[in-house]
Amino acid sequence: MAGDAVKLLGAWPSPVVMRARIALNLKSVGYEFVEENLGNKSQLLLQSNPVHKKIPVLIHGDKPVCESLIIVQYIDEVWSSGPGILPSDPYDLATARFWAAYIDDKWFPSLTGIAKAQDDGAKKAAIEQVSEGLALLEDAFRKCSKGKTFFGGDRVGYLDIAFGCFLGWLRVTEKMNGVELISRSKTPQLAQWAERFCADPAVKDVMPETDKLAEFAKVLFAKFKNPPSQ
Amino acid sequence: MAEETLILLDFWPSMYGMRCRIALAEKEIDYEYREEELHLWKKSALLLETNPIHKRIPVLIHNGKPISESRVIVEYIDESWKDKSPVLLPSDPYERAQARFWVDFIDKAFYDPARKVWGTKGEEQEAARKQLVQALKVMEGVLGNKPFFGGDSFGFVDMAMIPYNSWFHSYETFGNFTIEMECPKLVPWAKRCLQKESVSKSLVDPQKLLGFVVEMRKKFGLE
Repeated sequence: MAGDAVKLLGAWPSPVVMRARIALNLKSVGYEFVEENLGNKSQLLLQSNPVHKKIPVLIHGDKPVCESLIIVQYIDEVWSSGPGILPSDPYDLATARFWAAYIDDKWFPSLTGIAKAQDDGAKKAAIEQVSEGLALLEDAFRKCSKGKTFFGGDRVGYLDIAFGCFLGWLRVTEKMNGVELISRSKTPQLAQWAERFCADPAVKDVMPETDKLAEFAKVLFAKFKNPPSQ
Repeated sequence: MAEETLILLDFWPSMYGMRCRIALAEKEIDYEYREEELHLWKKSALLLETNPIHKRIPVLIHNGKPISESRVIVEYIDESWKDKSPVLLPSDPYERAQARFWVDFIDKAFYDPARKVWGTKGEEQEAARKQLVQALKVMEGVLGNKPFFGGDSFGFVDMAMIPYNSWFHSYETFGNFTIEMECPKLVPWAKRCLQKESVSKSLVDPQKLLGFVVEMRKKFGLE
């Protein structure tokens, strides 16, 4: 089963697609990356994810797996001989899952809220919300890392992947709004972690360059007046 | 062996709380159930302390350590008591991914329209009814001709979905539709689930829930 061909349907700017790529890289699993044009979704995407019609979709053999965090867990379970991605202790795992859900349900929407803000007042409030979330995540890092390099300990793990994938868009937001969201003064642990995460061999080739992403964002925002949806 | 403490902070009508009750009952794990008086808009100090970010139930407190979010709680129960049968999630990674996908779908697709079917009126309610029925039809399609979502036996997806059974009567009453008409396969499925003691003792009586919904509607000025 682990030997079957792996295909990943995705798009280079998508942070949640990056989650799957990082997980596959951590396990040294070769895969075919299929770049989707989200304005013109492929038949394969529509067939493999008929419910949400979204990327990423991992196709292992002929079986599709959807939803980025579900894909990461699947990768960890199938390629179990590779380095572990999910924490092995049930409580640490529950904590990681809790924060991953928080990032998806609350924190990332607050980040896109900055781009959606209609006026300066709304923008300021949105930035404040993101900063509050980052303060919580700074605290979470202290507790989860237990003095080590990553949320997952010595290695990039589930929560590093769940959160770190948004660093590209976070930097674009900082650049476009002239603000510092993660910084050595406000969030010292996260600032250090962010550098190490982006430099990790499993991450650095799949994390888009900030300038390239910023150009993409400008075009996208001009077209849709909305942040990208997967 | 050190004494274990296990507390579930819950609110009786909550479908998320019910899933945790079912999981604990399936594994025959003893725990202390503590009711939060959310209908009085009261939250205990313990709830605020153990879930400061969301301030919501359910929260499982295991030897003083809190776990929140019902899906996370159920998986935690399965992993912490992995030697106690039944195993709640499928053992095959692909089947597990599928089960997680459908529980995620249930959580995304049901709560909001369901809440609006009993909690609003007019166009908003009608739009919500259509969305809810659509979501129910999707789940009916997923069930197909299997006895349970888990296949031959009750599993993670069944556990996530069956608490809605207590709410069906309320949705039907205020949404003006019937499960029987819109997604008939869910009716015998629910009956099969309710034959399990872990389910029947964890779910709340639909009539009692309807009374609760009527009270809530009065508070919202709908009655």
